[in-house]
Amino acid sequence: MSTYLLKRFIAMIITLWLIVTGTFFLMHSVPGSPFNEERTTNAAIQKNLESYYHLDEPLLVQYGNYLKALVKMDFGPSIKKSSQTVNDLLGRGFPVSFELGFYTLILAILSGITLGVIAALRHNGIIDYLAMSIAVLGISIPNFVMATFLIEQLAVNFPIFPVATWSSPSHMVLPILALATGPMAIIARLTRTSMLEVLTQDYIRTAKAKGLSPVKIVFKHALRNALLPVVTVLGSLAASILTGTFVIEKIFAIPGMGKYFVDSINTRDYPVIMGTTVFYSGILILMLFLVDLAYGVLDPRIKLHKKEAK
Amino acid sequence: MELLKYEERNISPEIPDEWFVPKARNNQAAEAVVRPSLSYWKDSWHRLLKNKLAIAGMVFLVFLAILAIFGPLISPHSVETQKLTMQNLPPSSEYWFGTDDLGRDVFTRTCYGARISLFVGLMAALIDFLIGVVYGGFSGYKGGRTDNLMMRFVEILYGLPYLLVVILVMVVIGPGLTTIILALSITGWVGMARIVRGQVLQIKNYEFVLASKTFGTKTARIIRKNLLPNTMGPIIVQMTLTIPSAIFAEAFLSFIGLGIQAPHASWGVMANDGLSTILSGYWWRLFFPTLFISLTMFAFNVLGDGLQDALDPKLRR
Repeated sequence: MSTYLLKRFIAMIITLWLIVTGTFFLMHSVPGSPFNEERTTNAAIQKNLESYYHLDEPLLVQYGNYLKALVKMDFGPSIKKSSQTVNDLLGRGFPVSFELGFYTLILAILSGITLGVIAALRHNGIIDYLAMSIAVLGISIPNFVMATFLIEQLAVNFPIFPVATWSSPSHMVLPILALATGPMAIIARLTRTSMLEVLTQDYIRTAKAKGLSPVKIVFKHALRNALLPVVTVLGSLAASILTGTFVIEKIFAIPGMGKYFVDSINTRDYPVIMGTTVFYSGILILMLFLVDLAYGVLDPRIKLHKKEAK
Repeated sequence: MELLKYEERNISPEIPDEWFVPKARNNQAAEAVVRPSLSYWKDSWHRLLKNKLAIAGMVFLVFLAILAIFGPLISPHSVETQKLTMQNLPPSSEYWFGTDDLGRDVFTRTCYGARISLFVGLMAALIDFLIGVVYGGFSGYKGGRTDNLMMRFVEILYGLPYLLVVILVMVVIGPGLTTIILALSITGWVGMARIVRGQVLQIKNYEFVLASKTFGTKTARIIRKNLLPNTMGPIIVQMTLTIPSAIFAEAFLSFIGLGIQAPHASWGVMANDGLSTILSGYWWRLFFPTLFISLTMFAFNVLGDGLQDALDPKLRR
């Protein structure tokens, strides 16, 4: 177990380092300096600016400095938003994005599992087909399409919820719904498939033969085992929710990290792009790691250090 | 088989003994196959035909392909011509899907969007296929340390957030159709490589591969002739599921302004344009591109599901 953990941890660090290195050199391979477009700056000011941001040093030195700063969780300054650091932006945006992502994940998991269980229990019935049709639709409709649809219907045509921003619970409903549909659909399908498989197992028959109530069989015996595959996709679901927040935050004008990210892309604010990418990747890789751990804890049959042989 | 006398069989004597004559056996006739033999592909095809949703998806995709190829040709309006007197007209017999704020025909632009979406999806799937099959096939066939090393690399790439990488590449190289495809391919092939490698790892131990080896067949030929045809099922399924995710990625990128650029028509661009006018009530500008994105992804998804069931009946849900 501990050797596996160590191995996974090292792999995690390597992946992160690759991302940092990749982003760094990609960003610095873009032709031109970030200050080129301001034509009014004269050569002296330009030089001062570059030395202030350490852009006049050799690339490898800059890279070393960036790595050193990163270890201390310092993402550097923003170039386009003067006197602000990437840390400021992250500090302001992350709590909002986290809130959005967290509620979305909770909603997706709860509704997805419910839908999947009901579909499995009514296998090949009308409810099953209905639930699975909803699920395929949910997978097929991109989140930004869902968002625009929700705005059009529930904010413009029938003004039940506010159109944009993030200030009260009623503001949160539409963005969370829009973002949760896709993950919910994936969870629902997975839950259904694995529920169907688990329900044919011998221990379920034993439980039935013992005369346990159906509720107990479903929740205590079937669902616990059926949820394992769902846990495995949580990592990649978190990734899709995370990238989903970019566009959702943009559409709903939510002041989160994703909005800063998209804005920084549009204004070509390279340190911010770099910082947010690294930050996002860090979170995602950590999520994948935690999911792996959780999987090992939830399913004692899987010995983590033997996973390689599987 | 020895025939018993009827007394011993205890059957009523009305049935004469002569009736029980062993049928003349024709060894050749016994060997003849009466039912037409179904190849794996024909069998799968029959299974697929039973899946109505998947067939509906396929029909829609054929329709979409026709629309993408011939739509702009039959439409009297061009994609980029701006008629400022014809702004934001609702759908009519002249403009089937209405016009946008520059007076461009939304129907023609939707057809162009279909071209771009299908092209991106197919190219991404094709490139994933080429790289993934070569990489995964080699890794799985070699096995041992080579495999271990190659798969480590894949694992690291697999951990990268897909859309984030794509966005990064788009930022650096700059938006455009080729860059989208390039960006999608950088990490996209990893999934295919994993699938192919897993399949090859399993199949390479089968006897027919051993037989091939003992005949002295070259490695490349074994991979091409013995291993790949037997992994085609999962590969095809993976490809059908890559296409919608590539189409989604293109629409997503175009929507946030990183994909196809302004004068060109892409569903993502059109949806973004349409969203900004949502309060003015020009619903058709948002409705048609988003409808087509969703329907296309839906069609590919149900077709992929159907193919999965058809090609691998063991996995049937």
